[in-house]
Amino acid sequence: MPKLIIDRQIVDNTATLLRNAEDGAFAAVPAQGLVIVPLAQYLAQKAELNARGDVGVWFAPDDEPELLGADAIRLPLIAIEFPAFTDGRGFSIGRLLRERYGFTGELRAFGDVFKDTLNYLTRCGFNAFVVRDDKDIVEALKGLDDFTESYQSSVAQPMPLFRRRQAG
Amino acid sequence: MYVYDELDQKIVDQRVAQFRDQTRRYLAGELTEEEFRPLRLQNGLYIQRHAPMLRVAVPYGELASRQVRVLAKIARTYDRDYGHFTTRQNLQYNWPKLEDVPQILAELAMVQMHAIQTSGNCIRNTTTDQFSGVAHDEIVDPRPWCEIIREWSTFHPEFAHLPRKFKIAVNGAVEDRAAILVHDIGINVIKNDAGQVGFQIYVGGGLGRTPIIGSLIKPWLEPMHLLSYLDAVLRVYNRYGRRDNKYKARIKILVKAMTPEAFGAKVEQEWVHLKDGPMTLTQGEIDRVSKFFTAPAYESFAGDDAGFVAARQDNKGFGRWVERNVFAHKQPGYACVTLSLKHPGVAPGDVSGDQLDAIADLADKYSLGELRASHEQNLILPYVKQRDLLALWEELKALKLASPTVGLLTDIVCCPGGDFCSLANAKSIPIALAIQERFDNLDYLYDLGEIDLNMSGCMNACGHHHVGNIGILGVDKNGSEWYQVSLGGRQGVGASIGKVIGPSFAQDEMPEVIEKIINVFVAAREGEEPFIDVFDRIGMEPFKTRVYAGKPNVRAPKEVADA
Repeated sequence: MPKLIIDRQIVDNTATLLRNAEDGAFAAVPAQGLVIVPLAQYLAQKAELNARGDVGVWFAPDDEPELLGADAIRLPLIAIEFPAFTDGRGFSIGRLLRERYGFTGELRAFGDVFKDTLNYLTRCGFNAFVVRDDKDIVEALKGLDDFTESYQSSVAQPMPLFRRRQAG
Repeated sequence: MYVYDELDQKIVDQRVAQFRDQTRRYLAGELTEEEFRPLRLQNGLYIQRHAPMLRVAVPYGELASRQVRVLAKIARTYDRDYGHFTTRQNLQYNWPKLEDVPQILAELAMVQMHAIQTSGNCIRNTTTDQFSGVAHDEIVDPRPWCEIIREWSTFHPEFAHLPRKFKIAVNGAVEDRAAILVHDIGINVIKNDAGQVGFQIYVGGGLGRTPIIGSLIKPWLEPMHLLSYLDAVLRVYNRYGRRDNKYKARIKILVKAMTPEAFGAKVEQEWVHLKDGPMTLTQGEIDRVSKFFTAPAYESFAGDDAGFVAARQDNKGFGRWVERNVFAHKQPGYACVTLSLKHPGVAPGDVSGDQLDAIADLADKYSLGELRASHEQNLILPYVKQRDLLALWEELKALKLASPTVGLLTDIVCCPGGDFCSLANAKSIPIALAIQERFDNLDYLYDLGEIDLNMSGCMNACGHHHVGNIGILGVDKNGSEWYQVSLGGRQGVGASIGKVIGPSFAQDEMPEVIEKIINVFVAAREGEEPFIDVFDRIGMEPFKTRVYAGKPNVRAPKEVADA
């Protein structure tokens, strides 16, 4: 069973991530188990998928969180793909889902994910990480603590340092 | 200047530890070259022609003498005993070993310095007026705002991997010495009629292969909203800037494609959500940062120092240096002194370890231990008493730091070029040196007046050739190095992009070409008219005619696509 990090624990990754067929057709949703569908599929099949309660949604970097909007709070899981770790669009998507759309479920990063991006990801609201399978997941976990202090407001620490300095 | 507290220090120390670990994993094969590259770039580390190149941040150009001594020690210990000041007020080492870089960073951290975000697709070092805080024409000291932006941009989690590099400049004076119109974001700090401080925000300026002057998208922004507004601009860029083509990835391309009006509207839409949020600046924070930049305890002088005024009259060499290298101070009896890093025969911006140590001593002796780096690749002593100027000049001459040529033709702004940089199409330093050699007569140079000559070894335009009155760009044509000349660029309030004069020239033609251009200028000049005014008046044609007259039909091979 593949692994992932959720809330600093290494656990089994039981989810099935669906991708469209090559012709763009939506894949069939398995009857049972945690499944993650593309945003477009969710929007098209929202009524039946919402009824299940174990369906998550995944975003490509150019998917717009505005399209999901208020439906975000219904979902148990949202995953965001990082095709390359240098593509920072997913950072903005994460923050928007957390800070603007009130998403409180599992926010998962997958794709080109390894030690050196986990700190930024955490601060943008991610709490789950599918570390690339050729990278050491135990080593990656340590990346969460690369920095213990930061200047900006973020999901992990909404109060920027300048407000905490004054309070302290 | 700003002094770290234990929290600022902790962030820099943790960065050193992180980079030590990343370097170790790279050398152990746990990080591939492709993975390590963006990570090391965000720490200012390039792999160049001969060795890694490390770019050390000098936030908004402010340096203390104790920092300069550490820069000297690093140059001596880990490099070939010199450093190079860049056009972004930073310092580069051209010869460090990769294995030594974590230790270099640790030594820098001990004097509150680092190499964070000096390269890579992230928010770079914020730059400003080299005379901020002391300029006679200053409206608002931009440094507290630069520091507030430095802290906001350091390890910003959302904007760590932007489509492309991102440069912010801040100006607070009447004359714009920070070139804000050619930055991704340019901030003008102004006062309204009621005397309140606010910002004008320009976006989408830049040089590179598509030079564009920035557009004003926010004519008045209240100070407390600075960071939430910057967050909104960066978020729009991070989400919608092009990532499919690195040559189209700067914010200027997005602003142009959307139009500045539509881009500004999109920012406003985003800002509605962020405005008045946690990033809203508090008066307490503005005060905390501002108090690091209050005026020093100046000695009180009634006016100009009589001895200085007399020496300026009596001593021609001193008078000339004062005219070119001394800038008017806001405090009576004081002066801002530019130390020229353009000594003939030395690459523009280069400075040796011994010179750095001597400069640190001079800063302690004459300028309250403080220095500035300028984007014209010179250093500044900001707090010199007029009565000390003559003695300082004598000391600078002995150190070869007193070329009285600031702002003149031979004060060439120049990137490292093909001698060092792996991006360059052509060498730049030998051309700069050849031009300096051709124009070595100080009387003549002085008579020519202010002429900005800027040179870049490739389209990345690190030498800001587009805004030089005379711009030189190195281009590659079928593997050989050629030089394209442009005229009419300028920086500052009326910033404009120079126009290309015609087909490129071979390296050995360049001093001759510049001389012909200067001769056209001299012939057409009325009185003390500056070069740029003459160009505006007579246009390109006379220059073109002279430069190409009688030129044998030896043309460069067909220009490559990007030239």
